[in-house]
Amino acid sequence: MALKHDILKVLGNNALSFDESAGCLFVEVPKDEIIPSLKILKSELGFDFLSDLFGVDNSALYAKKAKKSKKDENNEEQADTLSSSLPRFEVIYLLLNLTTNKRLQVRIRVPEDDLTVESATSLWKAANWPERECYDMFGIKFKGHPYLRRLLMWEEFPAHPLRKDYPLEGMGEERDMKYEPEGTGHWT
Amino acid sequence: MAIEAYTGDGWLLTKLEQLINWGRKRSPWPLPYGTACCGIEMMAALASSYDMARFGAERPSFSPRQADVLIEAGTITKKMVPVLKRIYEQMAEPKWVIAMGACACSGGVFRTYSTLQGIDQIIPVDVYVPGCPPRPEGLIYALLKLIEKIEKDHPLRKKAIQLKGELQHGT
Repeated sequence: MALKHDILKVLGNNALSFDESAGCLFVEVPKDEIIPSLKILKSELGFDFLSDLFGVDNSALYAKKAKKSKKDENNEEQADTLSSSLPRFEVIYLLLNLTTNKRLQVRIRVPEDDLTVESATSLWKAANWPERECYDMFGIKFKGHPYLRRLLMWEEFPAHPLRKDYPLEGMGEERDMKYEPEGTGHWT
Repeated sequence: MAIEAYTGDGWLLTKLEQLINWGRKRSPWPLPYGTACCGIEMMAALASSYDMARFGAERPSFSPRQADVLIEAGTITKKMVPVLKRIYEQMAEPKWVIAMGACACSGGVFRTYSTLQGIDQIIPVDVYVPGCPPRPEGLIYALLKLIEKIEKDHPLRKKAIQLKGELQHGT
């Protein structure tokens, strides 16, 4: 795991934990250190391409795990800590090194009461739309984003539909017929 | 009836409504509104091997002003609703609508927050084509059904009823 070694060397204490899945390395960094970490990974290790950026809502997963471990009576303490201590959301950055063709996933955890994350648009222009999508679907706000507006749902949509507490069939939101004022010539 | 069969000076007697319907049913120009995989089947139906032009759908009109039949082929998201409604309103009378595929008919498998559960919630639909997606034959059959419907229409009677209503209400 030479890559893991290199990451530890450049990130130091910012690399909180590692994980590996299907041959791809995960590294978790603190939420406030995400932009410096990405910058170092880009400049030092050559991860110069942002393939994707997305959010994850783990609340249902935590609830399920907590329920499961509550069944094994002895684990009760562990269950409580699992559901209360881990932040609800994650933002995951998929990076690619175009020279060595190596991939890396960088993950930050975002608690529900502090949904503001530093925007990665200063490093990659490609982060623009994924961050808008993430804001649209999860309500995670990206500080420093040039144009943080809903990407998929319409502007007046009241909820963030990929959150686990939002029902799949929606809550009866409909888009109103709205004609633009004469002469502007485009849809809002 | 082929006009060439009649020779010499003579009279041709028909009802005006039938003449209008005869003209209309032989030129239902479609407005292709393909938003998903049904659009591909619609293209196949319009292209040479199925050739919907045989039934008068001669020229797919990409301008709503010059189209008679709106073929709505595909999923309509709720974000798209005002656009579809506006396209429909821009079409000149007389106009008809074919809802092609499960999504256009009922929302299909997408029973979600973002999908309109059938376009008949926002615009009137004349023919529904089930299938996911329906084969080109399905669309052609729908067009034939629509032609049958146009045949039975009473354009003048409708106009008379409308005029009568306007007179009564003094508008």
